[in-house]
Amino acid sequence: MRKTLLWIILPLVALALAIGVFLSSNPLEPLGVSAPPIEKLTVERTLLGDQGISLLVRTSGSEPMQIAQIQVDGAYWQFTQTPPGELPRLQTAWIKLPYPWVRDEAHHIRFITDTGIGFDHEIAVAVPTPQFSLIRILAYALLGLYIGVMPVTLGMLFYPALKQLGGQGMKFILALTVGMLAFLLVDTLEEGLELATKSASAFSASALVWLVAITSFLAIFAIGRQGGKSPEGKALASYLALGIGWHNLGEGLAVGTAFAAGEAALGSLLVVGFTLHNITEGIGIAAPLVDARPKFTTFLSLIALAGLPAVIGTWIGAFTFSPHWAAVFLGIGVGAILQVMVEVGAYLIRTAHRSGSNWLSTVSLIGFSLGLAIMYGTALLVNF
Amino acid sequence: MDLSLKRRSLIGGGILGFGTLLSKLLPSSAFAQTPTSADTSTPSGHSVPVHGGSMTMGDVDNSRNGFDPQNILTDWEVGKVSQLPNGKTLREFEISIAEQEVEIAPGVVYPAWTYNGRVPGPTLRVTEGDRVRIRFKNPGVHPHTLHFHGIHSARQDGVPGTLEAFPEQEVVYEFDAKPFGCHLYHCHSAPFKRHLHKGLYGAFIIDPDPKQHPDQQEKAQSRLLGSPQNAKWQEFLMVMNAFDTNFDEENEFYAVNTIPHEFMKRPIQIERDRPVRVYLINVTEFDPINSFHLHGNFFDYYDHGTTLIPTLRTVDTIMQCQAQRGILEFTFQKHELGIYMFHAHQSEFLELGWMSAFEVVA
Repeated sequence: MRKTLLWIILPLVALALAIGVFLSSNPLEPLGVSAPPIEKLTVERTLLGDQGISLLVRTSGSEPMQIAQIQVDGAYWQFTQTPPGELPRLQTAWIKLPYPWVRDEAHHIRFITDTGIGFDHEIAVAVPTPQFSLIRILAYALLGLYIGVMPVTLGMLFYPALKQLGGQGMKFILALTVGMLAFLLVDTLEEGLELATKSASAFSASALVWLVAITSFLAIFAIGRQGGKSPEGKALASYLALGIGWHNLGEGLAVGTAFAAGEAALGSLLVVGFTLHNITEGIGIAAPLVDARPKFTTFLSLIALAGLPAVIGTWIGAFTFSPHWAAVFLGIGVGAILQVMVEVGAYLIRTAHRSGSNWLSTVSLIGFSLGLAIMYGTALLVNF
Repeated sequence: MDLSLKRRSLIGGGILGFGTLLSKLLPSSAFAQTPTSADTSTPSGHSVPVHGGSMTMGDVDNSRNGFDPQNILTDWEVGKVSQLPNGKTLREFEISIAEQEVEIAPGVVYPAWTYNGRVPGPTLRVTEGDRVRIRFKNPGVHPHTLHFHGIHSARQDGVPGTLEAFPEQEVVYEFDAKPFGCHLYHCHSAPFKRHLHKGLYGAFIIDPDPKQHPDQQEKAQSRLLGSPQNAKWQEFLMVMNAFDTNFDEENEFYAVNTIPHEFMKRPIQIERDRPVRVYLINVTEFDPINSFHLHGNFFDYYDHGTTLIPTLRTVDTIMQCQAQRGILEFTFQKHELGIYMFHAHQSEFLELGWMSAFEVVA
């Protein structure tokens, strides 16, 4: 036992020694390399208020860096930085600029570091940043209800109609759901990767999106199959609601940040678009319940699970947005959606088997394509 | 002396004197521009940042740089003076290259190349007809030259192939100073643009020899450094320059005498009763022109300084192409005391540092 322990510790000690030697002996010297520090600066939050512009910045360079001067709209401007001075790697700081910004206009900010390198940040449309207040929280919650809860509820109203469907009809609806989920998967992944590019490079956020997606897929898949077989009925509907809920969180984020960034027109269009877009989600969630006899409360909790994350998303987007966390959330969403796709797909295969037909048929293909088409069509309303 | 000229100057003097007296009668509170403790704060009690906060933050460490833009204003180098057998004055200078880091804006360090450790390089001031001899040392790692604007032979031109000092080398430039005026010198080694914007330039002022300008004796005397007529003037050297700190061929900082906003934060004091003469040179790289605009006043302008009568009269804005230069003359004799701005009238330049002020004092 002690010998085993020794053979764990010894390689680790050797590794630490090797790193120590590398760092202390400067082995790069014979190469004639004098690596200049790589500097990176990311703006994570932008607040506009009576006192001017406040920016939360994060450094992610190879070495500590110093913001020496700041230009706003091509003019050097006085500012305060908290904490002041040199910023270590991955440190955040608040920059306050007493700049008389102009409502509804664009502003360009450039940070100049002590080495003279510039980092640009654009405020596309300047409007006062929403302050944290009860009224605002409720208003954003209402937006969330609009894009999340309402369409899912409306979709669920199809439930009695779904019950009338025969085997072919059910196959069609399930294939439609899979098609819809396929669109959401791609969409959420894209959204997550885009947010990743806006976060500090040191976080490697785009890799994080993929890794979180894979891990969360495996985790949810394992939990779903704890009983040894794939979830059905109420359980499958719950997983569908969870997966769609994660996706709706992402939609909430998009709406919240759009309003907070002053893009009210975009925000309003997003609300309308997402509402239309999400009606199919309710149908999808209700489909596995056709053979069960769900209680009314089951419907309510499914609606809450799928719709309420949109409310949370709008709050996060409006009040405490940070791109790397949002990217991670969306990564989880991707994993969750993938899990439901697999499970609904499995359910589709079983349903087809039971009615004695093949899972891949004209009906299922049309259903799948229509699912994609509906999502794509309604997405036209929200993508610019 | 021309009678009409005398009469005109008498009348002018009288008006100036009267104006001075009149202004002395006014209480100092009448001068709205004079900063008092009362008007540096708003009604709410918050202090108002200089020019509304449109300013670089902090100060440059001049001692670390080894030069002070305030000193560069009046720091004339006349060289080691001796007499040649033929009666000519010989002025000997030593200029050495230093490739060194310079804090070109508060907190922003730039890998500059300098003449004698400063940007702009030393202001060489000689008299028309003097023999000028410059020992030029290059301890750097790049070849460098001194190319003087002025009249000289091809051999003294200081371009690659002609008196170019390679690393560890020394070359000597020697020529007669002509024509009188406000000139410059700069490095002409290749790549030309890089050598210039890294800081290798300086002023070369040739004062007119009054003996050679009998028609404009008085004017020539007033320009001649060391003469009693010249002592009445307040003379300043202003080199308009800029720095591209990220090497994208666009300037991040604009200034006179290198440090952005320096003269806005610490205005140049001028005595109201003495006339002002500015030797202005544009060495701004990447932007084809630069300009100079004076607030609350007008000036006479001598393009290249090669004439003793103004080439432009009563203007408040002039522009200069790269390497263009001139002499500005003006007075605040009839003005209120206070702060008078001067700046490039390209709004981009002024907001990126080329914004300055005179403080007119009694």
